Amino acid sequence: MKNKLYNETIYRVLIIVIAIFSALFVGAILLLIAKTNPLKAYYVMFTEPLSGKFGLTEILVRAAPLMLVGLGIAIAFRSGIINIGGEGQILIGAIFGTFIALTFPNLPPYILLPFVFIASFIGGAIWGGIAGWMKAYLSVNEILSTIMLNYIAFQVYMYLIRGPMIDPKEVSYGTGVPQTALLSKNAWLVRIIPASRLHAGIIVAVILAILVYIFLWKTTIGYKLRAAGAEAKAAKYIGVNVKNYLVLAMLLSGGFAGMAGAIEVCGVHHRGLESISAGYGFSGIVVALFGGLHPLGIIPASAIFGLLIVGADMMQRSVTVPASIILAIQGLIILAIVSSQIFFSNIALKEKIMIKLKLMKQGDKDDS
Amino acid sequence: MILDFIVGIISAGIPLAAPLLLAGLGEMFNQRAGVFNLGVEGIMLMGAFVGFLVVLTVGSPILGLFAALLVGAIMGLLMAVVTVKFKAQQGISGIGLFMLGWGLSGTLFRVYVGGITSIEGIKTFSFPLLGKIPIIGEIFFQNNILVYIIFLLVPISWYVLNKTAWGLKVRAVGTNPQAADTLGIKVERIRFQCIILGSMMAGLAGAYLTIAQTHIFADNITAGRGFIAVALVYFGRWKPVGIMWGTLLFSLAHAMQRSIQVYGINFPYEIAVIIPYLLVIVVLALSYKSQLLGPVALGKPFNRGSRG
Repeated sequence: MKNKLYNETIYRVLIIVIAIFSALFVGAILLLIAKTNPLKAYYVMFTEPLSGKFGLTEILVRAAPLMLVGLGIAIAFRSGIINIGGEGQILIGAIFGTFIALTFPNLPPYILLPFVFIASFIGGAIWGGIAGWMKAYLSVNEILSTIMLNYIAFQVYMYLIRGPMIDPKEVSYGTGVPQTALLSKNAWLVRIIPASRLHAGIIVAVILAILVYIFLWKTTIGYKLRAAGAEAKAAKYIGVNVKNYLVLAMLLSGGFAGMAGAIEVCGVHHRGLESISAGYGFSGIVVALFGGLHPLGIIPASAIFGLLIVGADMMQRSVTVPASIILAIQGLIILAIVSSQIFFSNIALKEKIMIKLKLMKQGDKDDS
Repeated sequence: MILDFIVGIISAGIPLAAPLLLAGLGEMFNQRAGVFNLGVEGIMLMGAFVGFLVVLTVGSPILGLFAALLVGAIMGLLMAVVTVKFKAQQGISGIGLFMLGWGLSGTLFRVYVGGITSIEGIKTFSFPLLGKIPIIGEIFFQNNILVYIIFLLVPISWYVLNKTAWGLKVRAVGTNPQAADTLGIKVERIRFQCIILGSMMAGLAGAYLTIAQTHIFADNITAGRGFIAVALVYFGRWKPVGIMWGTLLFSLAHAMQRSIQVYGINFPYEIAVIIPYLLVIVVLALSYKSQLLGPVALGKPFNRGSRG
């Protein structure tokens, strides 16, 4: 039996590795079209961030929001709802948190920071919850509604940081950069490594990942949530109110993305500014899928994609290919991962390949 | 004054509807065959960029449109392989395709063009005599040639879908692929054809934006039009005429929002920009009952072995 599990793991890893390599191969063709040497580009992207303190700390700075968004998306996917609204939920979370931090600047950090995070959670949860409610009670396709809510959130956010919440200094100096005032130091997350941007948010994110794992796999509510996602009809028979669980999943999912907004505000920028979501809402989808929609897989996955994002920035400087190529590569990785699922779900196909790889036969021999 | 305002909105709204209609009709073919293609936005972005680049370097709008068709076909092929051959989850695949198109068009734009440049593209032209008729001329006879072609696709699509053998196969594949398979219809082949056709139309819709409408390319220039087109297919109940009404309603609201800004009515810019997106959500919420009328097999991969 042990051997079978071992073979299963080898098979799984092999398929994922092949999928990633096919994505990177197509990515290499795209890099060639963008007049770049793909080998050089990939070399810089994967190794340069690992070569020093700056790169290593930056990877974790990116991993923190990615982990939170990824966790939220995993909760939604596990409940059978596809949340593409991470970007919007981050922005609404960020503006809720910023508002609290600016309103109560004198509260001591141990009160203010939890307060800010809760506010961000609520902000994101409202934004996700709208889509969840419309899915459950009006059967509005959640992919379309979350995408529309992204565009709406962006405009609302920009309106607020250009208008009512703009830094008074930007107005008095007449520069007019759309950003809020600097938060009081009480709302800053401590930097855990001096002379870097690495802040305590990464620790918060890891703790939350473990909590999500406990919630989804060790509690009744978590079980019902996954049941609603895996087989809605069966879940109904065992007395799960599937609709309410859809809404709950989207509330949680949006809330986690909202907290990613708080992490960026309190940990990195210390104010609300224009590019705060930085595409994390979309990258979080890749992180969640790559992590197998499992909290404990999402922790390493967010570090890997943190590496890719930092690597892409470094690539832009040394190989002069625009960092936006990473978005295209992430898109390819999504396509590769969802395509690879057939090798797990189609058992006949799986057995055929495993026999070809001589994994099954060996396993049978050892069993007898 | 009021009349000018209304005529202005209608005459601005019709050309705005054209790319949505084109992409929406393409998505209709996808969905009628049972495939939910959310990659439309990414395909439009690539079509918009490639069309723009060809016009910028070669100068021929016709070649630009052909290039957009080609790039649409390539991306459609990718989507078809992923969703039909590998039977991947269609919604997430579409988001992957969107990110691919968005990232790639933005990157190639920075590499090959650099900054905002405008092209000649396709200009609007006024019909002789007819264009001079007050009001009616302004609304119907002063558009670019593509607008007429795209609106002509409404009856053509209806005919193809409802009156040809191929259209019957498409509907069969989207409604009951198992039964279609038993009758000897090649389900996968029909789905491949529909995805590629729909994606070519999406690529062309993207090129319309850069070549015939804005005459520039900018990062993320489609601003959600691809997703809106997908939503309008639901609103139009998977029928060409319904989709046309949806795109018209939508683009008139869009044009009205623009006029409000032009007329300097005091209204925050950001709030005005929200209106179209908000309208999509409202439209989706109001048309939820019509989802029952949609293709039955929509979103479900076809497995020959399984009994559905």
